[in-house]
Amino acid sequence: MKLPHRQGGFLERTIERLYRAMERAFHAESSAAGGGLLQRLDARVKVAGLFSLILAAAMARRLWVIAAIFALAGVLAVLSHVPFRVLAARAWMGALAFTGVIAVPALFLTPGDALYRVPGLDWTVTAQGLTTASYLLLRVETAATLALLLVFTTPWIHVLKALRVFRVPVVFVAILGMASRYILLLLETAHEMFQSRKSRSVGALQGAGRRRMAVASAGVLLSRTFQLSGEVYLAMQARGFRGEVHLLDDFAMKSLDWLALACFVALAAGGVWAGR
Amino acid sequence: MLFETAGLTYRYDRLAAIEDLSISIREGSRVALVGANGSGKSTLLRILDGLYFGQAGVVRFRGEELTEDRFADDAFAFSFRRQVGLVFQNPDVQLFNSTVFDEVAFGPLQLGWPKSAVQERVGETLARFGIAHLKDRAPHRLSGGEQKRVALASVLVLDPAVLLLDEPTAALDPRSQSQMIDLLVEWGGGAKSVITATHNLGDLEDIADRCLVLDGGRVVAEAAPAEVLRDRELLERTNLVHAHRHRHATGEVHSHPHVHSGEVKRGDETR
Repeated sequence: MKLPHRQGGFLERTIERLYRAMERAFHAESSAAGGGLLQRLDARVKVAGLFSLILAAAMARRLWVIAAIFALAGVLAVLSHVPFRVLAARAWMGALAFTGVIAVPALFLTPGDALYRVPGLDWTVTAQGLTTASYLLLRVETAATLALLLVFTTPWIHVLKALRVFRVPVVFVAILGMASRYILLLLETAHEMFQSRKSRSVGALQGAGRRRMAVASAGVLLSRTFQLSGEVYLAMQARGFRGEVHLLDDFAMKSLDWLALACFVALAAGGVWAGR
Repeated sequence: MLFETAGLTYRYDRLAAIEDLSISIREGSRVALVGANGSGKSTLLRILDGLYFGQAGVVRFRGEELTEDRFADDAFAFSFRRQVGLVFQNPDVQLFNSTVFDEVAFGPLQLGWPKSAVQERVGETLARFGIAHLKDRAPHRLSGGEQKRVALASVLVLDPAVLLLDEPTAALDPRSQSQMIDLLVEWGGGAKSVITATHNLGDLEDIADRCLVLDGGRVVAEAAPAEVLRDRELLERTNLVHAHRHRHATGEVHSHPHVHSGEVKRGDETR
């Protein structure tokens, strides 16, 4: 659904952007059906392999090792026909923005050898601060890229089934499954609530009024979320859901899957060893 | 007896949705639970489907009491779910899979059907409901009428002996309403039990042989649809009809009960 462009407060704009992002996430299902390298692999291999690479990046104590895993993620994206512009928009920019909030102060606050003094301010970038910030940023970017590759190349329901294979608790998997579907519905509800409020008001709300409206909306949404989650669970129960995810597509390991699994494990082990 | 309740009471906190309810529903019958909003219809359907359990009284399905403990037993739960299907009023609640095909296949898969049988039955059901062309679409992106069809197909694919329906024609345009009623009338060739919660009196004679009129969580009347539709006092008392006014081209304003049935014609007033 295309939403009309309009002005609004921070909360409204954020919800509208989230709504659009979730709409795009549903389109990711179509890229999961593409014929790239990762799309051809068993979901369990992808979950285990990509997670082991994330783990290796998290454990590595050498910057070049993390950079090499990041580069490997880039290669996997190319082989799986996932465009860099999509990765940049969906993973890299977001990770940069969120991690930057923590990483930028570390540049100045970490004690160490001075590298650069900001003109006009008594702030000094230290070598140790730069290293710390680089580690943090690169690890987060690598993890976000690998996680997004999994989501982009695997139907969501297969990811859920693979998580169950790895003994992730039923409740967690069920919550993930419902969240992916219903967050869109709730964002749509929030969006309509704001539209409805706008249609009944003249001029822009200021300060306290806007905050009151935001708090009231959050309360209503929370209540609807609670009600909806209960109803959905009942609807699942009514059709025989007892906690396990059953699918028509059975997972079957082919020779390519075994080869990919061996490569993932070898690369992750190599990363842990080189980065120790 | 298909369903029996005795002294059944269900409360949401202090608010009683079902109050000391004792009813019996025979095998193979088509029963309408009629009542205004908040009369307890949806709650009763969920109790009959073993999703809610009353704070007092008993509910029996084919002589067996429905309790939380009973549903903790997988064998009983699967057997019950195989026999009884519930279509929720809000399709958003019921449609949670990423494609229509997966949605319709969800129930049979949960009940452990062989996968070849699931593939075959889902294909047949999609064709029967005229939604085969939608099989790869996301259910939440469909129109209201299509969503209702998918929701109904996702339950009828199991071919349950008992079908519970919560407002099956609510929020549908007239053509979709008519299609939905046709599907329900044709389903099972009259050999199935259908219990429908509705406040759409226009559908009553098509979908039911017997009506239970609910008000405040209690059954206040039990009769054939034609009889209920003739009882204007009952319909007004239970908020099922209201005075409807319309202006004719001549300028005359008529007021009469707003019911989509030829049964209620008395009491027309001209002002």
